[in-house]
Amino acid sequence: MSDMLHMTAVELAAAIRAGKTTAVEAAEAELARIEEKEKELNCYVTVDKERVMAQAKTVQKKIEDGELTGPLAGVPVAVKDNMCTEGLLTTCSSRILGNFVPTFTAEAVCNLEKAGAVILGKTNMDEFAMGSTTETSAYGVTKNPWNTEHVPGGSSGGSAAAVAAGECFYALGSDTGGSIRQPASFCGVVGMKPTYGTVSRYGLIAYGSSLDQIGPLAKDVTDCATVLEVIASHDKKDSTSVARQDTDFTRALTEDVKGMKIGIPRDYFGEGLNEEVKTAVLQAAKMLEEKGAIVEEFDLSLVDYAIPAYYTIAAAEASSNLERFDGIKYGYRTPEYEGLHNMYKKSRSEGFGEEVKRRIMLGSFVLSSGYYDAYYLKALKVKALIKKAFDEAFAKYDVILGPAAPTTAPKLGESLADPIQMYLGDIYTIAVNLAGLPGISLPCGKDSKGLPIGLQLIGDCFREKTLIQTAYTYEKARGAFL
Amino acid sequence: MANIISDETIEYVGILAKLELSDAEKEQAKKDMGRMLDYIDKLGELDTEGVEPMSHVFPVQNVFREDVVTNSDTREQLLSNAPEQKDGMFMVPKTFD
Repeated sequence: MSDMLHMTAVELAAAIRAGKTTAVEAAEAELARIEEKEKELNCYVTVDKERVMAQAKTVQKKIEDGELTGPLAGVPVAVKDNMCTEGLLTTCSSRILGNFVPTFTAEAVCNLEKAGAVILGKTNMDEFAMGSTTETSAYGVTKNPWNTEHVPGGSSGGSAAAVAAGECFYALGSDTGGSIRQPASFCGVVGMKPTYGTVSRYGLIAYGSSLDQIGPLAKDVTDCATVLEVIASHDKKDSTSVARQDTDFTRALTEDVKGMKIGIPRDYFGEGLNEEVKTAVLQAAKMLEEKGAIVEEFDLSLVDYAIPAYYTIAAAEASSNLERFDGIKYGYRTPEYEGLHNMYKKSRSEGFGEEVKRRIMLGSFVLSSGYYDAYYLKALKVKALIKKAFDEAFAKYDVILGPAAPTTAPKLGESLADPIQMYLGDIYTIAVNLAGLPGISLPCGKDSKGLPIGLQLIGDCFREKTLIQTAYTYEKARGAFL
Repeated sequence: MANIISDETIEYVGILAKLELSDAEKEQAKKDMGRMLDYIDKLGELDTEGVEPMSHVFPVQNVFREDVVTNSDTREQLLSNAPEQKDGMFMVPKTFD
């Protein structure tokens, strides 16, 4: 089974079920791969080999005993380091959580474990998921496996790079403003953000609670749908969790877009979009048209307002969510201080990185008395307008098609100097979070430097199946992405 | 730059955010926040008269469940994450004399 690492997650699980290999062999192969690639790429913050092998042995026994029969049983997975894992270090790529060992496991990860997943480790990310390049991590940058001079994207950069480099069969990420779809685009893998409320946020360390969703990063659309089906659940521990009956996402893995109405927003193809990205994305639209889809251009409107609305809301929620890091119950405490308040301030100032502090301050400001109406409430009203614009679009179209990001992966070190410029890179992904919609990114070509280009498909709330069906049909028409 | 952040404002935000900034960090924060607010001011171009602010996309309200204990006693594990602990309690700096 020397070529095992090239298998998809679903193929590997089938091979394990058929007795051609075992969960233990798969885990060993991945640990060897991690050993070989980590020095160069740094996808992981934590890998606990003993724990991996112990879990792999337990899972293999359950498979042999017929207790685990699911489509992912025995397959090694990587988990973004903002999801709590009982007994396993969870840092959020921040110094402030440098020694935090959770006493419980995030619901999405529990669902995977019940399905027989073997957790390889915790992947690197932008600190507290704030960033678009994985460069704000307190534990070093992650490099893009396609070209190590470039970033993997972010904030789920470690997860995307690990999938692309074969350092796991699939991974979990989280998406607040594009943090699954953009790194998926930069690393040439499939990434999906489901409808808000589909996957429980219990145990996901909160950034912008009204926007955060967990989702899969995978090698292909089949794996992506299979993982989503396993992690989606109604959870009473997350009060925003939605009770859905239609989470049998793998049923949508059919090759058929005949009569499917696909809208291309003209506003997604204007200034700032790289020519090579534009060409590849429009080529993908043409392919779907040839398969029978009805493709039309339209004006989505309000596109330029999504980013300022997002940063106001996300920063406001972040400033509130990150108040819990106070150096008392867990995490970093400054060694020298004078009294309680000085301890709070020094612990937080030394524990948080620059980008996190920038957003906490902005959030504190927009929520402060005298500015709340002008900034925070205004942003919530704009959010309502953006949702309305999407509602109008989905009255006409089944799917909205566009790029996932305006460019391919930038070089390391080029993005952080100008935060606003970096925020602009989220222009095609961010509105999807504001409106709570599902979105998927899948590879649709490469630029002249050989870096992957991502195609984004956006659906109406609860229409993941339409996205999966469209993505699957495109993937078949496109052929293997190498 | 339309938004000039004063020393008093950055001081006040530091109190709200519970962050202690060096003088150099304060200067940088003033610049960053001013630029960001200039950018956010773009929202002012939109007429939002009569629009209801939307905090959540789905109108989920008052999600209740029975107040039943489902977790087990994890006091030792919880305390093991604390920077300082004593006699089964979190240790905090002295808060009054």
